[in-house]
Amino acid sequence: MAKIDVSVETDDQPSPPPSHPNTCPTCHSHYRDDELERSLWVCEQCGHHFPMRARARIASLADPGSFTEEATELHSEDPLDFFDLRPYTERLAEAEMKTGLADAMVIGRAALEQRQCELAVMDFAFMGGSMGSVVGEKFSRACDSAAEAGMPVVAVTSSGGARMQEGTLALMQLPKTVAAVEDLHDAGQALLCVMAHPTTGGVLASFATLGDVLLAEPNALMSFAGPRVVQEITREKLPDDFGRAEQNLRYGHIDAIVSRPELRPTLARLLRLFDAPQ
Amino acid sequence: MPPSEHELRLRERLGRLRNLPLLGGARLSGELERLQRQIERIGEESTDEEIWRKVELARHDDRPYTLDYVERMLDDWFELHGDRALGDDGAMIAGLGKLDGRTIVLVGQQKGRDIHERAGRRFGMPNPEGYRKAMHAMELADRHRLPVVTLVDTPGAYPGVVAEQHGQGAAIAQSQATMARLTVPIVACVIGEGGSGGAIAIALADRVLMQENAIYSVISPEGCAAILWRDAGQAKKAAAAFRPDAVHCLELGVIDEIVSEPVGGAHIDPDMAARQLGQALRESLAELDGIPRDDLRRRRRARFRSLGVFA
Repeated sequence: MAKIDVSVETDDQPSPPPSHPNTCPTCHSHYRDDELERSLWVCEQCGHHFPMRARARIASLADPGSFTEEATELHSEDPLDFFDLRPYTERLAEAEMKTGLADAMVIGRAALEQRQCELAVMDFAFMGGSMGSVVGEKFSRACDSAAEAGMPVVAVTSSGGARMQEGTLALMQLPKTVAAVEDLHDAGQALLCVMAHPTTGGVLASFATLGDVLLAEPNALMSFAGPRVVQEITREKLPDDFGRAEQNLRYGHIDAIVSRPELRPTLARLLRLFDAPQ
Repeated sequence: MPPSEHELRLRERLGRLRNLPLLGGARLSGELERLQRQIERIGEESTDEEIWRKVELARHDDRPYTLDYVERMLDDWFELHGDRALGDDGAMIAGLGKLDGRTIVLVGQQKGRDIHERAGRRFGMPNPEGYRKAMHAMELADRHRLPVVTLVDTPGAYPGVVAEQHGQGAAIAQSQATMARLTVPIVACVIGEGGSGGAIAIALADRVLMQENAIYSVISPEGCAAILWRDAGQAKKAAAAFRPDAVHCLELGVIDEIVSEPVGGAHIDPDMAARQLGQALRESLAELDGIPRDDLRRRRRARFRSLGVFA
């Protein structure tokens, strides 16, 4: 099957010392938190998009004061009593402490430039944005809530894939969210998806790519399998922009790449095009 | 251990059926017996060793693959090739055949027997072209009101550069969406490895069955071990932690029924295994007969939308 390419370089260099999260990995500019907040977490020197937390994302998209969060009470359970190096419940508690979120997705009603929609925003800081039962349920409820109220869903994704600690039930969140999108579409409502870095694995292979309009942030990784896995299994030499938004645009998998400052006006225009209620 | 929610649901269904002995006749008593069997299976909690034994059996070199079952279960098999756009993926089989005199569309991943066939079929790991072939066949089934049977047997979707360029993630999502839209009965059975997205892409069915020595999981034991234990050698521990075996999948409500295999595994007696699988498929299809088309689709979506455990 795989060609054996002896020219592939092995990655046995020592990794560089970890840099500060506020240091741009591309041009090494360093920012204070308040500077990044003002610039929507985009590097003002080179345009690199830093990861954006769910609350900050919502604040950057929703009209001031218009966001009403839903399904805040949902918390993950531990159906398998999962234990790797640490128990799953401990990882959950730690993620909750670290992020102040109950799980990796926040949903709720919002207005964008006075157009109503249902927002479903993921947060990579919560266990790598992994999709378990709570993320699946929240997305599913967001679709129902939008269908009932007659407005589109705007989803912003950032996820490493399905949450291993929930085993096969995590896998079942793929068909669950797919079925929710189908019900939303049958109700005549649109799904607008924005894929932020990274959107991979089970989230890419379910609702994220089923949007009526697919947008991505610059340089966002959007691949089903991660670059390391592909490299290890196939020994193929990866193109420089493997799985990135730009490659996905070139191959026809997304509609547009939208930089963060342009995202709110772009989504508002789409909401007007889909006749979202005022 | 207290009975799981799914076990309670099964028991409740069983209780209801017992109280309706005159309705439905033989088919009902058949279902009664089957439900009773499923409940007994939940009681058999597997040990870590047994779970690993199932992982080994699911991947056994001599385990019957999709085409082995096609040969034994279906008459007049006619294979459909190609996705009508880019290529013909050997890792995914689609075709028309007769199961007990009734035309069905069958879709399933296919591993290879010898080294050449294995390479040609990419060890049963489909490319996007494979999922698009499956969608094409399922849409054909919907047009002609033919039931769909899918046989799941894949380590996962192929993780390749070209696969990504051709939209692997989207193909898996769209294949599920296609299944969520069909208005004909769909029965899926995991017959070997039910590996992650590559498996669920063809398993959004009205009834999901699993052979007793098959596995169904969100990630391979080796992949899970490499990420969480940082050591692929800990695969056994990983499998014990996420429990991909049929009994646990039944307990979680992920599957509806376990299909028996010959003692020692399906590879010991493929003919017998095919008879058992054929019988289970026929029973499941019979249960779905007569359900109005819209109801069928609504219930299928509701089935998957109810999956998940949260507080």
